[in-house]
Amino acid sequence: MAQPLALALDVAETTGDRDSLEPSPYEESEVHDSFHQLIQEQSLRVAEEGLELLSLVPGRGDHTLPGPEGAPAHSSATLRILASMPSRTIGRSRGAIISQYYNRTVRLRRRSSRPLLGNVVRSARPSLRLYDLELDPTILEEDGDLSVKLELQNSLHGVDIKMRAASPHVVGPEVCKRSLLVKELQGLSGAQRDHMVRNMPLSLGEKRWLRKVGAQRESGGGGTMGAAVGPSPAVAGSDIAACCALHSLGLALLSGLYAARPWRYALKQIGGQFGSSVLSYFLFLKTLLAFNALMLLPLLAFLVGVQAAFPPDPAGPVPSFSGLELLTGGGRFTHTVMYYGYYSNTTLSQSCASRQEGGQCGPRLTYSMPLAYLFTMGATFFITCIVLVYSMSHSFGESYRVGSTKGIHALTVFCSWDYKVTQKRASRVQQDSICTQLKELLAEWQLRKRPRSACGRLRQVVVLGLGWLLCLGSTMGCTVAVLTFSEVMIQSSASGSQGVEALALPLVVSVLNLVASYLFRGLATLERHDSPVLDVQNLHLYRNLILKMAVLGVLCYHWLGRRVAALQGRCWEDFVGRELYRFMVVDFIFTLLDSLFGELVWRIISEKKLKRGQKPEFDIARNVLDLIYGQTLTCADSQAAPPFPHQEVKEPSWWEASLMANCQAPRRPWLASHMSTVFLTLLCFPSFLGAAVFLCYAVWQVRPSSTCGPFRTLDTMYEAGTVWVRRLERAGSGASWLPWLHHLLVENTFFLFLASALLLAVIYLNIQVVKGQRKVICLLKEQIRNRRRGQDLPDQQAALCLRGGKEQVMGLAEPRKLPNLLAGLRMEGTEGTLHPQSL
Amino acid sequence: MGGSGSRLSKELLAEYQDLTFLTKQEILLANPFKERICMVFSTSPTRDSLSFEDFLDLLSVFSDTATPDIKSHYAFRIFDFDDDGTLDREDLSRLVNCLTGEGEDTRLSASEMKQLIDNILEESDIDRDGTINLSEFQHVISRSPDFASSFKIVL
Repeated sequence: MAQPLALALDVAETTGDRDSLEPSPYEESEVHDSFHQLIQEQSLRVAEEGLELLSLVPGRGDHTLPGPEGAPAHSSATLRILASMPSRTIGRSRGAIISQYYNRTVRLRRRSSRPLLGNVVRSARPSLRLYDLELDPTILEEDGDLSVKLELQNSLHGVDIKMRAASPHVVGPEVCKRSLLVKELQGLSGAQRDHMVRNMPLSLGEKRWLRKVGAQRESGGGGTMGAAVGPSPAVAGSDIAACCALHSLGLALLSGLYAARPWRYALKQIGGQFGSSVLSYFLFLKTLLAFNALMLLPLLAFLVGVQAAFPPDPAGPVPSFSGLELLTGGGRFTHTVMYYGYYSNTTLSQSCASRQEGGQCGPRLTYSMPLAYLFTMGATFFITCIVLVYSMSHSFGESYRVGSTKGIHALTVFCSWDYKVTQKRASRVQQDSICTQLKELLAEWQLRKRPRSACGRLRQVVVLGLGWLLCLGSTMGCTVAVLTFSEVMIQSSASGSQGVEALALPLVVSVLNLVASYLFRGLATLERHDSPVLDVQNLHLYRNLILKMAVLGVLCYHWLGRRVAALQGRCWEDFVGRELYRFMVVDFIFTLLDSLFGELVWRIISEKKLKRGQKPEFDIARNVLDLIYGQTLTCADSQAAPPFPHQEVKEPSWWEASLMANCQAPRRPWLASHMSTVFLTLLCFPSFLGAAVFLCYAVWQVRPSSTCGPFRTLDTMYEAGTVWVRRLERAGSGASWLPWLHHLLVENTFFLFLASALLLAVIYLNIQVVKGQRKVICLLKEQIRNRRRGQDLPDQQAALCLRGGKEQVMGLAEPRKLPNLLAGLRMEGTEGTLHPQSL
Repeated sequence: MGGSGSRLSKELLAEYQDLTFLTKQEILLANPFKERICMVFSTSPTRDSLSFEDFLDLLSVFSDTATPDIKSHYAFRIFDFDDDGTLDREDLSRLVNCLTGEGEDTRLSASEMKQLIDNILEESDIDRDGTINLSEFQHVISRSPDFASSFKIVL
């Protein structure tokens, strides 16, 4: 057996209070002795069976994964570095309580006879992951284990698996170590074994063989599937059958669910023809539909359904239905469950002769409509808010990685090909776009290397400034126009007419939006022409966003400020509901016309006049913004007109038809997951937040109209809740905790302060964690480079190296650090520059 | 799959097309890496044809639920044109040529190519040996959140 290479890093001993109950991250020897034991156990076993370090002769060709470390004795300093790798400390140092969790994991680990494998990627058992799996049958010729080779050949039609490791000093026939892997597999339970085999990058034949052999010896030739190591065979029989049945039922359900996903084929077609970028728009549309369904269900169940079952007496003659109601929302629709004014302000009860408060009709179910309205609205918004924020943070966590802004050349070359694309033309478009992107990246890199002259920079700044000035100016112009036009509308018809003239304001707003967005598009083209490296896509998105939010803000002021004042004594909520309905309908019609005819017209023009023969690009950002705008209107309207969330009728298959006919995939690079996060953020922050602010103002500050709706006798809508709480207090029934809770949470501000302080603390901790991880990555890279160059590692840096942040964002990056570190160290060994015991 | 020499007979292929929802569009036809994909997944001695099990392997790796670890392993093997276990300059230049296409106007010039490869090695070669091995490749890939969703074939 060859001499194993002893790895030792002299790291400065950290002083620390060893008697403290709470070990700090520096006290690695105490805290990580579980890993010490694990590594020793592994190393001893590996040393027994003759695994040695892989020697790396430069230029040798094979699929190399670095071999496992063979040294049985690591110094404590090395162990400390190894153990401090964030992968080892996953889940163990989160939060403030560290020590109890450490003790718990040590106890658990010592309890089981063999440490669990879990996920191979984050495994603390490098020996398994680093087995070299070789498919080349010629190398197996040198193998001495002929009987094994024959067995393999019989079972796999000539495909061999080989485990390979070689000593640095013995160059010759290689030893087959496949049996080691098989032994490891036999020690696992069935599910773990399957999981591990599934995650191996081997061919299907080899996996089948491994699974068969792994199950065989463990159960004495039976090879039962799914048998766990633990329970006794006598009990296992019926349990296994039940488990298998459940398992197959689960699989059937999953596959059924998978097949039943809505619009699966349409989305696949779009992905195949246009790629991930356009697909992200349609996925966003699907998300919006899901949100709308979420918002609609409680409203339907608790408000619309109940009120429809108990219709109020009609106040006056009900107008008949004419087709205009679909556009204006007035007329016949006013006296339906669509609008706020229809809902009664009394307590509904079953088959009661007289409508009286407090359910005096006997012990029947009563349903207080004002309370139901208030609580359902509140609960719906709260739930939607939670779901939005959660999905936004989840998407953010997935799409932003540490260091994703660096290394953009490598990332572009390795990750930019979209394998979803299945058509030749789309594939050519993608190749064009990648080529453009690479050229632009190189140009930008050159620019940074040789900074532009002052003249060039000034020109760039001037162009950008002019662009923004023009956009902001046009935005202000639009808002002023909308304000004056709305003023004119108020003065011309005080009552808010029901006819077609009511559509004037929505039409004006939509036309202004359209014209301004085309202006911005033209501006963006000019800017892109001038300096192509500018991130014009996002600029375009933000400019359109500012325009739409400014116009919406002005409209909200117009409704809640001036219209309410002008409509005193009448039902202003109904009016606002109708206005919003009209806005939604007109906006929908305009979007439809724009995407169908605008693109068509542009395509005809470009084909005939410009003779380019290319379809216009699908402008994803603008279309998404249109969706968000429509969603904002819907949210804002949900109070005045509850059933409206289901009006989001933009079904993907219609859009797909228009898309296929008229557009092509965008040529600009598009980071799909990054942009999805941006869309979700935009949905949450300006859109949902704006609608929530609008509604909160309406609920808390504006006086409800006295002639209609569930809150007609109150000063504010919120008062319904407080009145009810007071009543509960006075009644002194069993639910006395509720007024107490209300007093504590809502009227007392201490709770809010506490909640915000906790939130800020959590955010601060997370920021520190990410900073620490970045530092660890940098230091480790430098360490590897220094080792490569044969330099000494300063003590201070090593100590810094240990004081690391924890996991989460490093993702797949950091388990690779160990092999790289070892690769670097090994290279040093072959070059003869490593002094084993010195630093 | 993969053009010539498929082990699936024509009748069997036609039968599969009739009985399944796969359309006539060959999934790999438009992919510039189709030869490499066939070579990587093929287990035949001449490595030019895919058996049914190889095809299943391919779909499994390109599926939605495959781990990024597996995907990056196979991506490395696909990009390794000379099968030597590392990505050297020649591999990288062939990779870039595949990505940008065969047209004259879309190819990068020689100086641009050299600059690009220098930048790539600068960014991803941690141990400075002039080649990118599997660990370094996986380290680079882990920084991209789009990789798993783009390295996917939808069935």
